Amino acid sequence: MDITVNILLTIATAATPLLIAAIGELVVERSGVLNLGVEGMMIMGAVGGFSAGYLTGSPWIGLLAAIAMGAVFSLLFAIMTLSLATNQVATGLSLTLLGLGLSGMMGTSFVGQPGARLPNLDIPGLTAIPVIGRLLFGQDPIFYISIALTAGVMWFLFKTRTGLTLRSIGDSHTSAHALGIQVIRYRYLSVIFGGACAGLAGGHLSLVYTPQWVENMTAGRGWIALALVVFASWRPWRVLAGAYIFGAVWIGQLHAQAFGIPVPSQLLSSLPYLATIVVLVLISRNKRLTMMNTPASLGQPFVPDR
Amino acid sequence: MMRLELVKRPQRSMLFSALSPFIAFALTIVAGAILFALLGVNPLKAFQIYFIEPVSQVWQLHELAIKAAPLILIGVGLSVCYRANIWNIGAEGQFILGGIVGSSIPVLFPQFEGPLVLPLMLLFGMIGGAAYAAIPALLKARFNTNEILTSLMLVYVAQLFLDWLVRGPWRDPKGFNFPQTIQFNDSAILPELMPASGRANWGFVFALVAAVLVWILMSRMLKGFEVRVLGSSPRAGRFAGFGINRMVFFAFMLSGALAGLAGISEVSGAIGQLQPVISPGYGFTAIIVAFLGRLNPLGIVAAGLVLALTYLGGEAVQSALGISDKVARVFQGMLLFFVLGCDTLIHYRIRLIGFAAPKLESAPKLEEAR
Repeated sequence: MDITVNILLTIATAATPLLIAAIGELVVERSGVLNLGVEGMMIMGAVGGFSAGYLTGSPWIGLLAAIAMGAVFSLLFAIMTLSLATNQVATGLSLTLLGLGLSGMMGTSFVGQPGARLPNLDIPGLTAIPVIGRLLFGQDPIFYISIALTAGVMWFLFKTRTGLTLRSIGDSHTSAHALGIQVIRYRYLSVIFGGACAGLAGGHLSLVYTPQWVENMTAGRGWIALALVVFASWRPWRVLAGAYIFGAVWIGQLHAQAFGIPVPSQLLSSLPYLATIVVLVLISRNKRLTMMNTPASLGQPFVPDR
Repeated sequence: MMRLELVKRPQRSMLFSALSPFIAFALTIVAGAILFALLGVNPLKAFQIYFIEPVSQVWQLHELAIKAAPLILIGVGLSVCYRANIWNIGAEGQFILGGIVGSSIPVLFPQFEGPLVLPLMLLFGMIGGAAYAAIPALLKARFNTNEILTSLMLVYVAQLFLDWLVRGPWRDPKGFNFPQTIQFNDSAILPELMPASGRANWGFVFALVAAVLVWILMSRMLKGFEVRVLGSSPRAGRFAGFGINRMVFFAFMLSGALAGLAGISEVSGAIGQLQPVISPGYGFTAIIVAFLGRLNPLGIVAAGLVLALTYLGGEAVQSALGISDKVARVFQGMLLFFVLGCDTLIHYRIRLIGFAAPKLESAPKLEEAR
């Protein structure tokens, strides 16, 4: 029983950063913007969170720094694609390349240093309940944020007027603009929200998952988060499901390596990436369904007339 | 509150089309100066070490050519993809597969020597890269799968595959357990161009030839026209009878073959055996090269030399000033950012507007349906 609980806990820990980054990107894409810089914003969040936590000794300050770092970094993308109408694919790529470089440079002096770790929740009485106690009341704080975030985004997108406006912009920025909606302003806020989420996801990696700084520690999770959004056909609860499936794959291959099953460890390590490809193929095979769910103006630059 | 406003030009500006890479480079220098100042280094001294000292002697120019060759080869291939609006960002993986498949000859048949070895290796390298690139192409053409994500995921898979090979079945049995294959025999080594003055090998010549061939393809042949039409207007392309799926395969496999050629040239020229890591991110840096070169094969040659210099400069400031060589990646990232930003000037004029109240007489125009 204890082993099952432990495995479930580690799956949640592996799924949380994927979930947060993907939920953020989902909002961005719902507004019609494709930000391929998730990996870069995530790694910047990881290095920002680690360094602030390490220097102040407080993982909570680290957490805030991670969020701020992701948001500020995403602003760069927003200015380029929204104010200067640059190609979103190329700009997102350059955000990732720049993020990987900058974080590597900023983190040089932190390599091998022990970091601050966010403590797990511990509610006297409740956490001690067998089995469900630790699953429900004993996880790290970011886990609860990720669940609240998913529910919040779901409510915002589908139950509020602002959410409806945001979705309408993603489907047709020209119509939205003609109705007097401030397309660019909505998109700025969406991109910054996505950046803050990616930063938080990175902070989870360097403050909870492995409280240390390792270069390229995001290891493609930002890209997997992007794939999750497609996999989820832009629906928050499906992102949640997808993130936990991928968390399970990630943890499953680690456990398989630890048990020493007679398969090359590299093959096991490549499973999350291969699974991403398989899942993408399965979901995009149905062309009509994909067309129906994809925000119609996704990735297209928009320049408002005067 | 100041705000930027873009005003569409009636036609693309030839002036900014030519100037934008230079403006971008100048802006990168300014941002780089700020970066060095923040790191507590005199920017002038840092630039001297970064951009001038690495190319002040003849043997160093050879090193520049060694670094530029893969960047140009890959960048030229990617430019065809991006022109066709097909987003292959997995060239790093195709580079690695080219290196692996090409190396299979000297690793599995170390006794096989003679003039036939190298051409076969290069051919195998191209086939390896093209075959690996065919995977995302097939998935896109057959299942409509997003090629950006699949081609990128395959990079991680390729890196792990190479890691497994050099630690497992292909490890040199007499190599003291180091994760590497045997040293290639002499006929499997790409010859140097001018051994008297430096290490540069035939890879650089391949890069120049590829650039010229692709330039001819893109500007003088029907296929190049097809690429450009499908890239800028897929609908018009369909009316002209150009198949989008065939184009996906063509663009992916051409760029994959060139990335594979770059991979095997790097392994048999600069390294001489397979190791767990055979590329300092050439496949990703080549994306920057393609854009800095304006997706034009001849521009890409120049851009490849510039980006190769950022690698050498990064190594130079690391050894001379103790700054992380990651500074090279920062420079490369900034350069791409500024290039993309400056490209806006080709299609738009930029106006800064202040508080000006909206003019009442200009009734809201209907947005042109595009």
